[in-house]
Amino acid sequence: MTIAVEATNDPLSVNHASGTMPVTHRVVFLLLILLSLIAPFFVYPVFLMKVMCFALFACSLNLLLGFGGLMSFGHAAYFGGAAYVAAHVAKVWETTPEVAILLGTLSSTVLGLAIGSLAIRRQGIYFAMVTLAFAQMVFFGALQFPFTGGEDGIQNVPRGDLFGLFSLRSDFSLYFVVLVISFGGFLAIYRIIHSPFGLVLKAIRENEVRAVSLGYQVNHYKLIVFVLSATLAGLAGATKTIVFQLASLTDVHWSMSGEAVLMTLIGGMGTVFGPVVGAAVIVTMQDYLASLGAWVTVIQGCIFVISVLLFREGIVGLIAKVLRRPL
Amino acid sequence: MFELIGIPPQALFGQLLLGVINGAFYAMLSLGLAIIFGLLNIINFAHGAQYMLGALVSWMLLDYLGGSYWWALLLAPVTVGVSGVILERVLISRLYHLDHLYGLLLTFGLALIIQGLARNYYGISGLPYAIPPELSGGQNLGFMFLPNYRGWVVIASLVVCLATWFVIEKTRFGAYLRAATENPTLVGAFGINVPRMITLTYGFGVALAAFAGVLAAPIYSVNPNMGADIIIVVFAVVVIGGMGSILGSIVTGFGLGIVEGLARVFYPEGSAMMIFVIMAIVLLVKPTGLFGRTA
Repeated sequence: MTIAVEATNDPLSVNHASGTMPVTHRVVFLLLILLSLIAPFFVYPVFLMKVMCFALFACSLNLLLGFGGLMSFGHAAYFGGAAYVAAHVAKVWETTPEVAILLGTLSSTVLGLAIGSLAIRRQGIYFAMVTLAFAQMVFFGALQFPFTGGEDGIQNVPRGDLFGLFSLRSDFSLYFVVLVISFGGFLAIYRIIHSPFGLVLKAIRENEVRAVSLGYQVNHYKLIVFVLSATLAGLAGATKTIVFQLASLTDVHWSMSGEAVLMTLIGGMGTVFGPVVGAAVIVTMQDYLASLGAWVTVIQGCIFVISVLLFREGIVGLIAKVLRRPL
Repeated sequence: MFELIGIPPQALFGQLLLGVINGAFYAMLSLGLAIIFGLLNIINFAHGAQYMLGALVSWMLLDYLGGSYWWALLLAPVTVGVSGVILERVLISRLYHLDHLYGLLLTFGLALIIQGLARNYYGISGLPYAIPPELSGGQNLGFMFLPNYRGWVVIASLVVCLATWFVIEKTRFGAYLRAATENPTLVGAFGINVPRMITLTYGFGVALAAFAGVLAAPIYSVNPNMGADIIIVVFAVVVIGGMGSILGSIVTGFGLGIVEGLARVFYPEGSAMMIFVIMAIVLLVKPTGLFGRTA
C-alpha cells in the first residue's frame, strides 16, 4: 500500500544515519518555538491551546497513516476515551491535572492495544472499516456507561494545580503547560519516524510482502505503531479535557475521526509538519465559521473532495516540493 | 399465555420482527457496498447519505408534488441512481489509478456535503412520512401482531436482494460483471465497455441504497442523520460477512439483524454493541470474514 508521499517530500530520506536533524527542520522547529512563545501575547490563548491539542491529535494519526500506511478511521476513540478518563479522574478522584492526563493517556494505550491487535488482522480498506466500527462501539459505550454522563458529558472538570503547586486557572499559565506537552509529543513522533523502527515502518508501507521476506515480524511493527499512535492521540484528548474542562460525546463521535483525517490530508500526509499546519487551518476555519452551523460540515466535505482530487500532497507537501526539501 | 424462558412471546416475536426489518436494511446496504467494491475497488462511504437521500426524495415527492409512496419507490432510486452516475463520471472515476483509500476519503467528503446540506434545509428533527393507506393496519398471527407495512418491507427487500443475486450470478450481464471484477483489462479486450459497466454498477448500487431509504421512510422518520447512524454498523456487517459473495452479504445482513433483535430481548443494554462484539470474534477466528476469500 502506498499513500501520499509523492515525489520528493520523503522526510525519511535524509540524515537518519548520522542522527542529526536536517537544517530545514531545525529552522522550522525554531520558527515554531518562537511563534508559540510570542503568539499568546497577541492571540486568545484558549484558541492556541485548541490548535496545539488538535495538532498533536493529527500528528498521532499521521504517524499511523502517513508513516505506517495504516488508515485508521476511528482515532476519535482514543482521543475521546482519554478525554473521558482524564475528566473522570480530575473531577471525581480529585487528582492533580498531570495525574489525570497520565491516566487518560494510559487508558488510550490499553484501548489501542485491544483494538489494534484485532484490526491488524485485516488490511487496507477493511482495516479502515474495522477501526471505524470499533470507534463506534466506544461511542455507544460513552453513551451508555454511567460515569460518562450520557448526552451531557462530564462538565466543569477542574484544571487544578500542576504537581499540586502551580495553579492552572489562568489561561496564560496553562498555555505553557500545553505547549510543553504538545511539543514533547511532537518531538516523540519526530524521534520515532527517524529511528530504525521508523525505517522498517516505511519499508512495510512501501512493500509489505518484501518486508516479510526480509524477516521482519510485520504485525509486531504494525501493532507497536498503532499503540504509539493511540497513546499520543490519548495524550492530545486528555490535555484537551483539562483546557476546556469538558469531555463530551463530540470527542468520541466519528466526525472527530474524520476531522483528524482532514487535518492530516490538507496539511500533507507523510510530512513531518503537515498535520500541524492542517490543524491550524481547520481549527481557525471552524472558529471563524462557527456561526454558519451545518454549513461547516458542507465546507469540510468540499475540502475533502478538492484535496483528494487536486491537492493530494497537502499544503506542506506542496511547499516541500517547491523547496525540494523534505518537511 | 405460555412463556419462553420467562419472556412473553409478544415481546420476543416483536423484537425478532424488528431484528428482521433491521436485517433487511443491513442486507440491502451491504449488498450495494459489496457490488460497488467488487468492481470499483472503493468503499462507498456516501452509501449511508444516499440511503438518506432516497428517503428524503420520497418525502419531497409527497410534500411538493403530492406523489404517492409507490411513485417514490420507483422515482427516488432512479433520481439518486442518476446522481450516482454523475458523481462516478465527474469525480470518482478520476481516482481509479490511486490507492483505494482516496476513494474512501472522497466519498466521505461527499457524505459530509450531502448530510450537511440536508441538515441545513430540513433540520435534524426528522420529517414524518405516513405509511401508504394500502399497507396500513396489520394481521393478527395468533402469537404476534404483524403490521402490514413491516411485512411488506421484509418481502420487498428479500425480492430485491434475490433479484440482484439472480442478475449477477445467473445472467449474461452478471457474468460480464463477475469477469470484470476478476480482470477488467481482459474483459475490455473482449470488446466490452468496462468503464460504462463500472458507471452503471455504481449507479445501481446507489439506487439500491435509495430504495432501502424509501422503504425505511415510513418506519423511521426521515432524518439527515439516519444514514450516518446505520452505515457504520453496515461496515461492521461487511467486515463480518466479507465482500466476496453476494449471497453471503444477504445472509449476513439478515442474520445479524436477527441476532441484534434477540440481544434486545435478552440483554437490552448490550444490543447496540452486539454486532461489534461479533465482529471482534470473527476477526479472531476467521479474519477474512464468514464468506470472505483470502485476499
